[in-house]
Amino acid sequence: MWQSVRKHCHFSCVLLICLKSHMKPRKVKLVSVNTSVRLSYHNTGYNIKAAASVAWAVLLLPPSIAVFVIISRVSLLHPIQWISECVSLLTSATAIFSFILLCGVVLIVGFLNLEYYTVIPSIACSKIALLGQLLHPRQFVSSLVHCILGVIVAWCCAVTIGGRYQTLGYPCTQADGSPQLCLNEYQVILLLAGAFVGYCHSVLGVIHNMNYVSFHTVQQYKYLRFKGSLPLVVKCSAIQALYSVRNYLVVYFFLGKCSLHPLDTIAGLLDFSLLYHLWISGTFLLFTWYITLLLFRIFVTEVYSFPVQSSFTEDVHQCLPKVLTGQQPAILKFLALHDLALLSQHSPSRRSEVFSLSQPGGHPHNWNAISQECLSLLADLTQRLVAHHDTVATNGRAKSLSTGSDKKSLSSESTEDVMTPRPSVLIKTPASVFLRSSVGSPLTVPFTPDLDSPFSSPALRRLAGPVEQCSPWHGTVQSPHIMRRGPKLWSTSTGERGLQNKTEHVIPIVDPCAIWANECQMFQIMTCNCSMLISQLLPEASSQALFADTQSHIWALEGLSYLVKASFSEDQFGVVQTTLPSILSSMLVLQEAVDRHFKLPHASSKPVRSTSSMEDSSYKTLRFALRATLKTAIYRITTTFGEHLNAVQMSAEHQKRLQQFLEYKE
Amino acid sequence: MIIYHYQVLYFPRESLKPHSRTESSSKAAFLDHCETLWMRSAAAWRDAGLTGLLNEIANSSAEVPKWLSVSSGCVLALLQRISSFHGSLFPHLTLSSEDMIAEFSQVLKWSDCAVRAFAWHPHTDKFAVALLDDSIKIYNPKSATAPTLKHRLQRSVAAVQWKPLCASALAVACQNCLLVWHVDPCSLSTRPSSGCAQVLSHPGHSPVTSIAWSPSGSFLVSASPMDTNMMVWDVAAESCVPLQRVGGGGVTFLSWSPDGSHVLASTPAALFRVWETRMWTCERWPCLKGRCQSGCWSPDGSRLLFTVQGETVIYALTFTDTPGIPSNTKGPKAAAVVADLSETTFNTPGGDIVVGGEIQSLAWDPRGERLAVLLKGDPQARDRPAMIAVFKTRTSPIFELLPCGFVQGEPGTEPRLMQFHPNFQHGALLTVCWSNGRITHVPFYFLSAGMARHGLGGSPPQPRPEERPADYINQTLYTELTT
Repeated sequence: MWQSVRKHCHFSCVLLICLKSHMKPRKVKLVSVNTSVRLSYHNTGYNIKAAASVAWAVLLLPPSIAVFVIISRVSLLHPIQWISECVSLLTSATAIFSFILLCGVVLIVGFLNLEYYTVIPSIACSKIALLGQLLHPRQFVSSLVHCILGVIVAWCCAVTIGGRYQTLGYPCTQADGSPQLCLNEYQVILLLAGAFVGYCHSVLGVIHNMNYVSFHTVQQYKYLRFKGSLPLVVKCSAIQALYSVRNYLVVYFFLGKCSLHPLDTIAGLLDFSLLYHLWISGTFLLFTWYITLLLFRIFVTEVYSFPVQSSFTEDVHQCLPKVLTGQQPAILKFLALHDLALLSQHSPSRRSEVFSLSQPGGHPHNWNAISQECLSLLADLTQRLVAHHDTVATNGRAKSLSTGSDKKSLSSESTEDVMTPRPSVLIKTPASVFLRSSVGSPLTVPFTPDLDSPFSSPALRRLAGPVEQCSPWHGTVQSPHIMRRGPKLWSTSTGERGLQNKTEHVIPIVDPCAIWANECQMFQIMTCNCSMLISQLLPEASSQALFADTQSHIWALEGLSYLVKASFSEDQFGVVQTTLPSILSSMLVLQEAVDRHFKLPHASSKPVRSTSSMEDSSYKTLRFALRATLKTAIYRITTTFGEHLNAVQMSAEHQKRLQQFLEYKE
Repeated sequence: MIIYHYQVLYFPRESLKPHSRTESSSKAAFLDHCETLWMRSAAAWRDAGLTGLLNEIANSSAEVPKWLSVSSGCVLALLQRISSFHGSLFPHLTLSSEDMIAEFSQVLKWSDCAVRAFAWHPHTDKFAVALLDDSIKIYNPKSATAPTLKHRLQRSVAAVQWKPLCASALAVACQNCLLVWHVDPCSLSTRPSSGCAQVLSHPGHSPVTSIAWSPSGSFLVSASPMDTNMMVWDVAAESCVPLQRVGGGGVTFLSWSPDGSHVLASTPAALFRVWETRMWTCERWPCLKGRCQSGCWSPDGSRLLFTVQGETVIYALTFTDTPGIPSNTKGPKAAAVVADLSETTFNTPGGDIVVGGEIQSLAWDPRGERLAVLLKGDPQARDRPAMIAVFKTRTSPIFELLPCGFVQGEPGTEPRLMQFHPNFQHGALLTVCWSNGRITHVPFYFLSAGMARHGLGGSPPQPRPEERPADYINQTLYTELTT
């Protein structure tokens, strides 16, 4: 706990520095000097994409400001006056100054998006883990920045709407007749609303995993994707603003008693024009932020075509096999796997490069690197599933995932036909929230917020590992003994029940620091009882967490199966044949593990679909997608090869299983 | 000796009861009890949206202030005016959902047809049949059980299709949603529970008249004439991506090319689109006369044959760009007429019959050697029944279409629906559903010119005519009869 507090101080300093140096590709600093040069190529690639998304968001500001002005000053009875007022306002110096301010806000929001995004969602397996995420220093800084940005946007809205919201103070006369500057509560209420909406946005972002960036299965051009999502963004921001304003008014009514003005009565608050302006401003605020987020998602997940091989040695590190196998940021690895899945499906010329032999030497290096990486991904998932299943079986209920050490022993046991992972590739479990997509850190355990902070070097992290053993997120302590004790000790605890309320309604707008201090103490107490509390799992979440990074496995399966299918007619040298038995058996082993997993309670329950939210909930259904893709991948191979598969060397059990697929009985 | 045990099925029209019940009609069976205006308004909002709410307010003028009822009446009238204007732009929007399905279905006279949809499994010998009573039966020659699928939402089935590269998934286009059944091929259950079905729905996307799986099994696209969006579903995740194009006022018929690179999407207006599936962009193809009624792809996905309502010809479009290589060369600039099917009189022993006219649907066998054309005929004239005309086709080196013969049923019956077996080893097998509820299979035995292309199994032995199972003997089959 103390460590995290210390980190908080350290963190805010660093963040200040970061904020000063906006869009620098900071990731480069994290890796060793040797690789930094190599990585910079792709890193600048996606930092440029992020910058482009922010640039587009800035370009979209003037039209959205214009629409906001028109809507905020609407007066149907005097249309000519309305239009002329809007035009004069839009050309005034105030509007231009607001525009500059808003540009700054969009820049910072874009920077926060880049800083906080992740391609592997962090799934809070228990309520305490969710609380941990909410109270994490990184999240605290984000909330604070969002509050401030909210105030700035609200100020811009206030001066744009004009009228009674125009100024913060106004001259008034006191009872004794002396002139004085009074506080204009109309502007204050608007500014605080901005802060509140900003804070809600940030908190809901954590709860709904708003920082999760998913890759779309349906490819579309950026413009069309943007056009398709625009109505959703407008709808979401309007609805979200409505809820936030409602909650804000409740909070304001109870906490705003210090003011001397008519706004502390219910009737004063239920002023229609005030409500309308609050709502419009909230919608505008959320709209600009959501647009920035949407553009960021669209740009970052755009397909990136890696060369399969290069004739120049200095470009080799940019090639697909190297990117796939190297220690890369998660986003790069995802982009590479996505590209692999697409090339294996659509591009005969690039496939032929995959099947080609090296010159000189005649080794299928490309195919070997790609297939080994995909197989190790599949083996990794299989082991994770087996370990999870064993934990459940021994303890009678779902537990969080076990760790690398457990897995290694498992891997040595169940090596029958699983590809033994290369020693360099350590087992990776879904990373945590705050593991931003930085260097692929070895042995990261889910729910370890601090260990993966980008500000500590990998070496430091490894050192920190054993020290943090009692932290609730560290999986290593969960030996069956401790875990078995857990439920007994805490089955009657109701302490954290109150914390499960989906914060939206209960966050009061008081000094966040005070909350922070209070919560800190409470949090500390809870942390001491570390590994017991985690046993109170949210249903289905452990299954979701297990498959959090499964998009990569889906692409690996697609890539492998399409390549194998294409090899039937395109592979001139028979390079795929040598790997075919291991591909088939690792798929069948995975199939078995997935089937077993889906027999667990909660594993096959579908999450509720939320359509009207900016939340990207595709991670909740990844396991279903994996199950379907896996089956299709095996069928793709069996349908292509047909009876020839009987000649493939495999264990009798797998032969039998394969026969089921050949007869279409799975 | 090769004998095929494809079942000939018979579903008498009289034994099937169509559902006459609709949601609104059941309301009248319950006593009206007094609810407050608020409750009724909330219920109306939930059931019928804004129009329902306005209707409710306008109808209860006794309880609401006069200005409210009057203004809601005005808004309602305005909405109706707008929707009727919209309807005048796109006349199909005024049809009821049943009529709309009947209008745009590939099945001839869908509403009174005992078999409403039929689908062969793409890899095995099993098939699914959707019947008039909204049930679906699955027949498998290797299994004694024929599961019957029933679901509360499974009404007015317009199309069924099996998922490729999968043994169990069957997509069903229903009146209000899409259902994807997972029927375990090893299960002995005859009534899979409705828990085996995934329900896919999207507001405004009903009735669904056409569905198509991608040949790789990864996506399902669905179309509704009421919705300008074409939906691309990720079935496992139950999520969809709407692809919106406003022109045409809806999407009626979909066909995915066998190589997976293109999707034909026709609209109720004189316009159809060909989507490429890599980046999901589309080409617009305005037709001169009517809407695109039906279409089918050659096995390599390079050629699209389609027919237009009100015309008696078959058009062809050729797509040369290879998938994966983004090229600036767009597809063809104009469609070519490849066959003219205008009315011709034939002298037969039973009297003259007139064949030709408008085309209901097209089907191309998976090897690209036989093309079946379902001709609508004329319901008023006795000597012009609906009929299937079969053509021999060749795609390389040049496209050829030669008349081959006709498929006729028992006297007094007409074909309603047809589909080729996706992997018949010895040629092509056309399955036809007849107006009397019979489903028969018509084999065409031939040595495939393109066998070498498949590379698997070598050339099939060609059976002699007498080896045909007895079921086919009563069929009048004019294979290889060049007119």
